This record gives sequence, C-alpha cells and structure tokens, in this order.
Amino acid sequence: MIGIALKMLFRDKAKYFGIIMGVTLASLVITQQGAIFTGLMSRTFAVLTDMGGPDIWVMDPKVQFIDDVKPLQDTALYRARSVEGVAWASPLYKGMTRARMDDGQFQNCNIIGLEDSTLTGGPPRMVKGKVEDLRRADAVIVDRVGAETRLARKGPGGKPVPLDVGDVMELNDHRAVVVGISDNTRSFQSNPTIYTTYSRATTFVPRERKLLSFVVVKAVPGLDLHVLCDRLERETGMAAYTKEEFKWKTVMYFVQNTGIPINFGIAVGLGFIIGTVITGFMFYSFTVDNLRYFGTLKAMGASNNRLMGMIVVQSMVVATLGFGLGVGLAAAFGASAKNSPLAFRLPWQLLFISGSAVAIICTLSAMLSMRKVVTLEPAIVFKG
Amino acid sequence: MDTLTATPTIEPGAKADRPVAVYCKGITKTYGSGQSAVRALRGVDVDVRTGELMMLVGPSGCGKTTLISIIAGVLDRDEGECTVLGKDFKVLGPSGTTQFRATNVGFVFQAFNLIPTLTLAENVAVPLLINRVRRADAIEQACEMLKKVGLGDRTKDIPTRLSGGQQQRVAISRALVHKPKLLVCDEPTSALDHVTGQKVMELLRSVAAGNDLSLVVVTHDARIFEFADRIAEMDDGRIVSMTTGKGHQHSSFDASHAK
Repeated sequence: MIGIALKMLFRDKAKYFGIIMGVTLASLVITQQGAIFTGLMSRTFAVLTDMGGPDIWVMDPKVQFIDDVKPLQDTALYRARSVEGVAWASPLYKGMTRARMDDGQFQNCNIIGLEDSTLTGGPPRMVKGKVEDLRRADAVIVDRVGAETRLARKGPGGKPVPLDVGDVMELNDHRAVVVGISDNTRSFQSNPTIYTTYSRATTFVPRERKLLSFVVVKAVPGLDLHVLCDRLERETGMAAYTKEEFKWKTVMYFVQNTGIPINFGIAVGLGFIIGTVITGFMFYSFTVDNLRYFGTLKAMGASNNRLMGMIVVQSMVVATLGFGLGVGLAAAFGASAKNSPLAFRLPWQLLFISGSAVAIICTLSAMLSMRKVVTLEPAIVFKG
Repeated sequence: MDTLTATPTIEPGAKADRPVAVYCKGITKTYGSGQSAVRALRGVDVDVRTGELMMLVGPSGCGKTTLISIIAGVLDRDEGECTVLGKDFKVLGPSGTTQFRATNVGFVFQAFNLIPTLTLAENVAVPLLINRVRRADAIEQACEMLKKVGLGDRTKDIPTRLSGGQQQRVAISRALVHKPKLLVCDEPTSALDHVTGQKVMELLRSVAAGNDLSLVVVTHDARIFEFADRIAEMDDGRIVSMTTGKGHQHSSFDASHAK
C-alpha cells in the first residue's frame, strides 16, 4: 500500500512539486531567518566566545549584558582573588575608543585591555605577530576584519590598504603601533576590536574614577563553577556568572530590549504560515483529486487506518524532501555569505526547530486530508 | 477458472436450488431528514443465489445504486434485514464489514476506477495487497489473472494506454483476483460500445459459472439483459417485477424507460 501511496503522489507532478515547494519555502525561510537571528545573537557575546581562559566573569551587579560596563574599583580584583576556589583572577578592561584615520575621519573601536603580566584573555587566533608583542611600547593588536575594512588606509587611487603590522595609528590622541593581526568573531556592532594591555588601555580612553570593567576568574580544577559563583557573589558583593550564563544574560537582554526577535519572529512566522497555507492547500487538493481512488480502495476493503497510513507516508515524503531542500538552500546561502558581514549560524537546535515546524506543517496538512478520507463514504464509488 | 473468455454455460434462471448468497427483506433507506428527506428504498425484498447473475434495472433515481451499495456493504440500511453470505453488516460493525468486503466482495465500476499511476498488474494486485498478501505474490497472481482475460502481455502497461473494453477487463481481473464470493458491478457496460459490452458480459457470465460466484449487476443497458439469470426491475425504491433473463423480453418491462 505504501507503493500505491507513493505512486499516487508522484503522478500529479504539478501538485507534487507544489507541495514540496511549499514545504521547501517554509523550511528555507524558517531556517535562513533563524540562522541569521542566531548568528546575530551570537555576535552579541563575541568577546565571550573569543576569550577561552576564564571560567567566570565577575562584575558590578547592575551589569545587564557584556557591553553594559559598570566599572569596578581596583580593589575588586583583590577581593575576588581572596575567595577560596579561585585559581587565578585577572583584571579586564572593555570599552570604546576612537581611532583617528589618515583622512581625519574617526572610527569607533572596541578596546580590550589584558592583564599586563599574563595577557589573559588575548585574541583567540593570531594571523600575524604574537600576543606577547603587546609588551612592546604602544603596542596594539587589531582584528583582521577591522584592519581590512574600517581601519584600512586609502592607497593609491583610493584603494583600501589593510592596516598591517608596523603601522602606527592614533587612539584618542595617543600613539599606537600595530604589532599583530588577530582573527576574531565579528561583534554585534561590527566595530574593529583592538587588544592592548590593561594599563595601556586605561591611557587610551578618557579618564574615569573607576576603570576596571570585569574581573575574569579561573576556578581551581574540579570545583563546580556555580558553587564558586555563589561564593564570589556572597563574599565580594559583586555579580559572578559562568561564561555560558553571561552569554545567555547578554542574549536575553537583546531579546527583551530590542525589536530584533520581533522582526525575525515575524519573518519566521510568515514563513510558517505561508508554508502551511500552500502545503495544506496543495496537499488537500491532491487528496481531493484522488478521492475517487481512495473511495475505491475503501470500498474494496482498505481500512481507514491503512488509508491514513498512505496519507502519512505521502506527507512524510514531501516533508523530508521539502525540509532537505529548504535546509540545503539555507546552508548554501550561509556558505555563500561566509566572508560577508552577514551573520549566519546554523546550529543543530535550529535544524531541530525547523524540522519540527515542517513536521507540524505536514501533520496539519495530512490531518486535513485524513479527515476528508476518513469521512468519505465508500458508496461514492457508485456515484459515477 | 481455466479461462475467462469462454461463452456462458449456465442456463438463465436455473439457480433456484442453490444456496442463498444475498438475502434482503424490507430494506429501507432515506437520505436526509425532514422536508428534504428522500426515500431511496421503500421496503425491498430480494435474494441472490450462489452462482446467479442478478441484474437490477430501472429508471434513474429508482434506488438501484442504493440497493447495490447496501448489498456490497458500503452503505448502511435504515431498516429491514440483509445478510450477505450469511453475515449481517449491522452485526459485523464497521471494521468487520470492511474486512468482509476485502475478503468476500469484488467490485466493477462504471468508470473502471483503475489507479492511473499503477501498472495493470499493480492495479489488479490491489485487493490482494489490501488482504496483506506479499507484494511479489500479489503481482504474480495479478499477472496470472490478466493472462486469463487476454492481457497477459500488457501487465506493465498503465491503464490510460488501454481501450475502454480492455480497461474493464482489467477491472474485472481486479474484482476477481482475491476470489470473492460476491461480485457487484455498477453499469459495467455503459462506457463501452455494444460489441465490447457483450464481450465483457460474456466474461462476467463465465466467471459466475465457473466459481459459484454471485453477481449483482446494475445496468441501464437493455442489450445485456440476456446475460441475466434474473432481472429485478426497480421503480420508486421498490422492486416492481422479477423476471428471468430469457423471459424478460416478453415481460412487461419496457427497456426504453430505463434509459
């Protein structure tokens, strides 16, 4: 009976492709828009992604997300270090500064100041130079995308020349020498990221009463991170989050305080609705077209369960093909945008969500068709 | 069943001593309710013997299709008694009736109702697949059946490539492949020319003769009345006369009013 179901499905090529296109469209829109949203959200915590060493981030309790820096007193570092279970703790400066370009324009940059002695939290991957070169006078490391785009100099004929090792730039009226190029995760604002030492970073930015942005902490091996977070909060009065917690806190801030999820939600919702309508209509229409044959099978003794099984097989086939095509197209889109500024991230959870949406679409469509077949009077076959 | 192309061998009207295959008494059926209610059957008494070919004739709207639907177990009666091969569908219930149809009833339709995407062999194999026969065995039996109706060399063709007569032969093969005890045929010759219709009826007669198969045939086609053992003429939801096939031409039934 499965063979009969499939042959019935494949016969009407226009409807068959129409149903698959409906599912593909839904799958493509849900996956692609979801992947862009996920990519965009993952950029909000790019600094956390790129900083491999620390387990826990300690900060002012009022901090809402990674870019919402509320400076701490310098003594916060020592208070954190005194907590039992802390293997090491380092100061981290995170802020913004302005780089002056050759043509007199200014470019806002993220600046990250690493502990002078250990350089903890340095760039994840170096393209040119070494992290240790930051110990040289006026040294900074610039991220590759920033160096090639926003911080690029104008060459002959106006052609951009990427910032390179040895180049000198001006940060808030201070001289800075590029000693390395790093490969970073793109940030949400897409501003260039500049690494330097903690003490130098504090000279590059306007003077404030308090300058310590975060204390980054490594737990002693084997200690539960949540236990240490609780201990840090209790004993220092500051907030302490594991890296994963801080990522989610950052994402949730953007979800709750910006229109981004609504915009993407509308696109995904429309994809779902349009996919459901197209698929449901085409699938129902396909069933109605074949009602005579379903009636014939029913008259000949095929039970409702077997006829429903045939419809389930048909819907599963179109769901699988449509989902595969949609995800394939979304993945191809993502691959083609790999070197562009477009944010695109396709984790398995998104595939699961997209697959579930397609399953719901096809189940709804199949249920509509099943209802028609189940309520079909087999006597219809005698009505000409 | 050696061949399905043989000429009829049974004398019409000679089945009175055979066991009753279909027994109906006082069957009523009303569609709709209230003022829009239509009484399709108003107390029909009829029986069909094993091996008998019974034709139901009459004008459009007289209740033929309703009666054949009730006999085939695809429509519930309102009142009266009806047993088919000793079984009452009301007692069997919906799933029991479905199973009963799968095993015991064969169908031949006016428009053939062959599934256009399936090959002839696959179409004929459908009742066997419904009865959960293994696909390979079902196809083998279907090919054997197609050979018997002279279409053994076209088992892999699709129905749309066949003439109307050939399609009806395929439909008959499909109706018989699972060896049912009752065959219900709805206007089996109305879509065919006279010669082809005669051949189809010869085929059905020979089937009934060779297999103790009871046939109930609804038709408007007076040219095939000669193949009936008995002819039940219906009008306004009742059987108004019952004649033998040979005696029909001398009966009061006017074939022209059936058209």
